[in-house]
Amino acid sequence: MTTNSLTTSQGAGRAGDKVFSGAALAAGCLILAVLFGVALFLVVQALPALVAQPEQIQGGQGFFAYIWPIVIGTLIAAIIALVIATPISIGVALFISHFAPRQLASGLGYVIDLLAAIPSVVYGAWGAAFLAKEISPAYGWLANNLGWIPIFQGPASATGKTILTAGIVLSVMVLPIITSLSREIFLQTPKLHEEAALALGATRWEMIKMAVLPFARPGIISAVMLGLGRALGETMAVALVLSSGVLTASLIQSGNQTIAAEIALNFPEAGGLKVNTLIAAGLVLFVITLAVNMIARWIITRHKEFSGAN
Amino acid sequence: MTSTLTPPRKRSALTKGQLPKFAPLVVVAVALVLAAAILALIGFNALGWGILSAILFTIGLVTWSGLVEGSRKAKDKLATCLVVGAFLVALLPLVSVIWTVLVNGIPGLLTPGFLTTSMNGVTGTTDNRSVEEGTRVLGGVYHALLGTIQITVLATVISVPVGLLTAIYLVEYGNDRPLARAITFFVDVMTGIPSIVAGLFAAAFFFAIVGPGTKTGAVAAVALSVLMIPVVVRSSEEMLKIVPNELREASYALGVRKWRTIVRVVIPTAISGIASGVTLAIARVIGETAPILVTAGFATSINNNVFSGWMASLPTFIYTQILNPTSPSNPDPSNQRAWGAALVLIILVMLLNLGARLIARAFAPKAGR
Repeated sequence: MTTNSLTTSQGAGRAGDKVFSGAALAAGCLILAVLFGVALFLVVQALPALVAQPEQIQGGQGFFAYIWPIVIGTLIAAIIALVIATPISIGVALFISHFAPRQLASGLGYVIDLLAAIPSVVYGAWGAAFLAKEISPAYGWLANNLGWIPIFQGPASATGKTILTAGIVLSVMVLPIITSLSREIFLQTPKLHEEAALALGATRWEMIKMAVLPFARPGIISAVMLGLGRALGETMAVALVLSSGVLTASLIQSGNQTIAAEIALNFPEAGGLKVNTLIAAGLVLFVITLAVNMIARWIITRHKEFSGAN
Repeated sequence: MTSTLTPPRKRSALTKGQLPKFAPLVVVAVALVLAAAILALIGFNALGWGILSAILFTIGLVTWSGLVEGSRKAKDKLATCLVVGAFLVALLPLVSVIWTVLVNGIPGLLTPGFLTTSMNGVTGTTDNRSVEEGTRVLGGVYHALLGTIQITVLATVISVPVGLLTAIYLVEYGNDRPLARAITFFVDVMTGIPSIVAGLFAAAFFFAIVGPGTKTGAVAAVALSVLMIPVVVRSSEEMLKIVPNELREASYALGVRKWRTIVRVVIPTAISGIASGVTLAIARVIGETAPILVTAGFATSINNNVFSGWMASLPTFIYTQILNPTSPSNPDPSNQRAWGAALVLIILVMLLNLGARLIARAFAPKAGR
């Protein structure tokens, strides 16, 4: 491997410099090669499904009729997750960085890291065994009282295994990611800015609004985008929680499906063109995450000049 | 919240227009009583009581503060209440998940032999018999535990050097060159690779090189590395970036070579952050199920060789035990094993986290602030 440079002896001088920078460069290029490999493999394996006759694809109406409902399902689940998780995560991050007593802060940060450490399959098991059961009465209530809104149209699922439950589980999973990244950014806010705001008589909230949030905005966006990436591609939680079906507008009926869960549930038994179809679905997922990341990068570079701490 | 600069005497010009110190306590008491009274009418439960009390407390304190102190202080109080509320809300799922896993997992974990036996020879008949005769549930997670440790260690060994070196290239050598910008961009793209796609990639890669149907622990480790490397790069990069330039310049001024500056000054300064980033990366991959299912298959017996044969892991063990119970007519033993395995997995992750924190603390430079 390329780690030898780390152990090169003390007097290595110029050679050490060369080896070290070479190793660093090689590692960077390896990442590009891996990503290229992923993209190449996906495209090559997906092609048969993309050029196949419509009636050969599952559903018999071509690849795009097959893919678009699960693309929408994936987006719905991810959007539910972000709508719930983003405000809560920013609140939690602010609490840990600026509100909690200094002695408690690192302990509380550890508690949130714990949330990140719980594996997705455990969240899936929890969502299926506990949350779905506990939350189904609430769905019944929503269907009865807010049923005129399309997304809460009844009849509500009796098991609670709906896209909304899956979205809630996903929001719990992305919350620690957004929180820990935002917290790091909040802590990097220049102390002088904060103290200047306080010295001018700002309340704590005004100080946060004027000094912390503007400094942290690109960091928060990048944190939310990382959370989105996780929510889009999360497989096990959705596969275990959601009782999947055709695309429906209602969030509280069983139905809908995400790309990742579709692949996970069908790939082991798949054969022939079905494999290519699922890989093409993976390619679509890959392209969506690519688009999300590109937008995020664009926003971050636009705000870069305001955030430079160095 | 309402600390005063003067000792608590009578109301003076300085303390006028402030809530008294006991104000939050009064509002808490009123909110608790009021919420209990409202819930007594429609049916009492502890969670609803807590939530309603918090809402009433927020409304009460903010209104009072708005009347006495003015809108700026009231907004400050509202923000404080919301932020604390967000934290409490975030704790609910954590407590619930851990409680569920503990309650369901402890019976499994305490079954004799759970940690020291594999699923070798455990069939639906064995499970049916243990349910009918009420004897203990046979079978355990030893094989899955071993598999998880081997796969994760191999993935870490691959990912940490590559990820750390890439981060070093980006921060120390990149200088915003096109290549560095390309790597940053594609690392971001890689962060978004869904785990299952990473699994498919690793499987296809080994199918092409070694032969079709190659499913081993090493393939799973490669799949996990694809997921882990970008996380390591991103976190290490952030941590290296916040190392003050003055430290590097001081080192250069003493005539130290660049690579030794990096190894002896930059990395030690950032090591605590890097360690916590690597821990988060391990935490992300150790529970990944989909890529392991695709790349390492599923085994019921012990396999000590990551380079040959199917290999079990804790996440796939949990997944298959829940989705395809060993005995479809009596899923309880399988559920018990699955929750026991979940508990083992969580304990493993917590120990890792704790260990990384201790390491980080041991290595951390003297804090500046």
